[in-house]
Amino acid sequence: MTTATTGGPATRAVGTPHVRLEGRDKVTGAARYAADHPADGLAHGWIVPSTVARGRVRSLDDASALKMPGVLAVLHHGNASRLTEDFVGTFGPDATTQVFQHDRVPYLGWPVACVVAETPEQAREAAETLAVTYATEPHDVDFRPGHPGAYTPEEMAVGPACTEKGDVEAELAASDVVVDAHYSTAEEHHSPMEPHAAMARWDDGRLEVVDSTQGAYATARDLALLFGLDPASVHLRSEHVGGGFGCKAQVRPHLILAVMATTLLGRPVRVVLTRAQMFTLIGHRSPTAQRVRLGAGADGRLRALEHTALSATSTVREFIEPSAQYGRSMYDADGHRTVHSVVRLDVPTPTYMRAPGEAPGSFALECALDELAERCGLDPIALRARNEPAVGPVSGLPFAGRRLLDCFAEGARRFGWDGRDPRPGVRRDGRWLVGTGTAAATFFTGARPSTAAVTAHADGTFTARIAAADIGTGARTALTQLAADALEVTPGRVRVLIADSDFGDAWLAGGSMGTRSWGWAITLAARELRERLALGEDIPPDGLTVRSDTEQAVNSLAAYERHAYGAQFAEVAVDPGSGEIRVRRMLGVFAAGRIVNPLTARSQLTGGMIWGLSMALHEEAVRDTATGGLVNTDLAGYHIAAHADVPAVEADWIDDPDPDDPVGIKGIGEIGGVGSAAAIVNAVWHATGVRHRDLPIRPDRVVLMPRP
Amino acid sequence: MTASTSGVITLHVNGEPHTLTVDHRTTLLDALRERLGLTGTKKGCDQGQCGACTVLLDGRRAVACLQLAVAAEDRAITTIEGVADGGRLHPVQQAFIELDGYQCGYCTPGQICSALGVLDEHAAGWPSAVTADVRPEAGPPALTDDEIRERMSGNLCRCGAYTAIVRAVAQAAKVVSA
Repeated sequence: MTTATTGGPATRAVGTPHVRLEGRDKVTGAARYAADHPADGLAHGWIVPSTVARGRVRSLDDASALKMPGVLAVLHHGNASRLTEDFVGTFGPDATTQVFQHDRVPYLGWPVACVVAETPEQAREAAETLAVTYATEPHDVDFRPGHPGAYTPEEMAVGPACTEKGDVEAELAASDVVVDAHYSTAEEHHSPMEPHAAMARWDDGRLEVVDSTQGAYATARDLALLFGLDPASVHLRSEHVGGGFGCKAQVRPHLILAVMATTLLGRPVRVVLTRAQMFTLIGHRSPTAQRVRLGAGADGRLRALEHTALSATSTVREFIEPSAQYGRSMYDADGHRTVHSVVRLDVPTPTYMRAPGEAPGSFALECALDELAERCGLDPIALRARNEPAVGPVSGLPFAGRRLLDCFAEGARRFGWDGRDPRPGVRRDGRWLVGTGTAAATFFTGARPSTAAVTAHADGTFTARIAAADIGTGARTALTQLAADALEVTPGRVRVLIADSDFGDAWLAGGSMGTRSWGWAITLAARELRERLALGEDIPPDGLTVRSDTEQAVNSLAAYERHAYGAQFAEVAVDPGSGEIRVRRMLGVFAAGRIVNPLTARSQLTGGMIWGLSMALHEEAVRDTATGGLVNTDLAGYHIAAHADVPAVEADWIDDPDPDDPVGIKGIGEIGGVGSAAAIVNAVWHATGVRHRDLPIRPDRVVLMPRP
Repeated sequence: MTASTSGVITLHVNGEPHTLTVDHRTTLLDALRERLGLTGTKKGCDQGQCGACTVLLDGRRAVACLQLAVAAEDRAITTIEGVADGGRLHPVQQAFIELDGYQCGYCTPGQICSALGVLDEHAAGWPSAVTADVRPEAGPPALTDDEIRERMSGNLCRCGAYTAIVRAVAQAAKVVSA
């Protein structure tokens, strides 16, 4: 067999735009998501959520439900199979998995039963008419600053809850200018367009699962652990996933119930969450109450930086929205303190949501810096330039590149920032007041161990296998480009298969670490394969396969502050009469390492920026303290940015090479949503002269906040 | 299922008749997905708020989740599976691929069916909420980005692919009207 990869020049698939490989399937309806897979004898599960916020299930009339047409089973805490107690999954201990393992109701919407029937209509009717009674207990869902139950833990999932250096109080006292401001953000929901769905069936002793998950391997491993199964007996696929944003990274009730039901009934079962259940069963972003205190000299140099953040978690599991960590790598001061605290309420458990911590945290800190710039009489970009740290403010580690100011320079040039009149509230366009704003952005660059296999076939083509997920990121296409370059062949000769737990351990699509982690594994395997072929190794009939595992490489990365950076710009128009805010344009310029696929990268970055717009102006889950539930568990009441809300949004990037980095790729999934809300809020101040510190800036907030 | 709660209907989907017995409660969306295997039409909210299940009924946009299957008899139903002309993609589909008018792809079938409706409604002279001059004699307004955004606003995209979707619809409009 010829050594097909030698002789030609290296291809350069990476860095050139490629349309999505699955594009045709997506525009013709052929792409199958988790709820789209057919199965003979399929039964349908419908979850019954609790209607009280705290208490115990007293009775559940499953006998009546079982008499209804088509009903096959009613699963509940009295008859469900036992799961592993004290389950510790990919993201640590997680008692939200203990579905039907007890009669306790920890929040409104907790699953108390699941009706399985021949058709979705029959399952739904039986579920909606199932009589459940509760022994209720008083609940507390009232998130507020100063809540007596707030506490500060030692650790959060992502690092220490507190950091401190120097004397914040003394530095504040010695400062010429002090900003002390409180900020709040609303409870937000991921709201991917695809509701979570899973289909499970037993096939010859193996559990075959299709799930909407951001990590096929991690979910399969956690599922096996939860059910006490041999991990090899669980096979999970997630070929197409309709958005994730963090809410599809864990085992969720729909999957647990599909497995319980198929095990009980011996036939395939599908469970799909309703849109309302998407607001209670899959995590969300906690509301936050934040306080930022900044002290600076008259020249704008920070002497004190304090950022405290309160978020809420459930009584089931502790999850802390790490809002105050944003400043740990961004800005230095002699007195520097970041503190997280959390309060347990009778609400669903929050989780990672696109730019966890960074999204709300950058809103508060970047808006506070804008206030500081105003007080110092400085341009907001000049203020940031004056506060560029030499090393990590908390870690003391050197930066592996920090091109923040270059992002600002390029962004300012393209946005037309120079010569901006700093005065607020002076630009009119008919009924509109017009203003511009800016903010910085950062997101850490991480990598997690992953395995991959790349096979050379006798016909000169290649197949790469990795349990990656493409949740809309373009991972499938990017990995094909990376594999092609490593093999030094055209992408047309490479097939990348993803989203199958049988492909082995791989990081999930999260933390902006997917393409970096997976690309690393694919590249290692592909390079070795190319070298072996170049040395003349034969390709056997079933192909020549090289496997890689990046665990050692990832763990031996030198310690640096590794981040992507960005500069966000926005122009808004505010109608002070109606309170309406229209974003007229947004620009983000990023330094985010090597951009693998400019076409899909631009989409991902602008998508993140639109999340910032949506957070700034629209998204707000409203909890009713009387019932304990949300009042707007649907996409009419919980508004996410729609077409008409979104103006021209531009994202671009500057070169950001790091010759010392073995991959050179940084994540881009989250940084677009960092600083973008702050840029809009700062623009609203520039338009109106009003500092809005509570998100979203609803029309009523505009109307009720008098202009100076 | 008893006779009183089910019925035999014929649905005309993408030019093909399909005769089936349906529970009267079955939505057009569930009939397409669960009974006819046409899973290209997506269920995003099942309550008419997201647009993911947009299909064309007699050429006009409709959300299939708010339509009972029994009420869709004798209507010409076009789903995403019927948009391409055999192997040849419609200009809207082609533009979505070329300009990356999607990310996860879940809202895409609805966006594309909606875009087809937009192009027809615009060509027929229908104004929108952002049309400056709505007098019939003014004729169809220019299909500006603002017009496209307004007319496509029933189709949510959580990935935030809106800017590329608008570009794709604008490009397709030029191809279709050429």
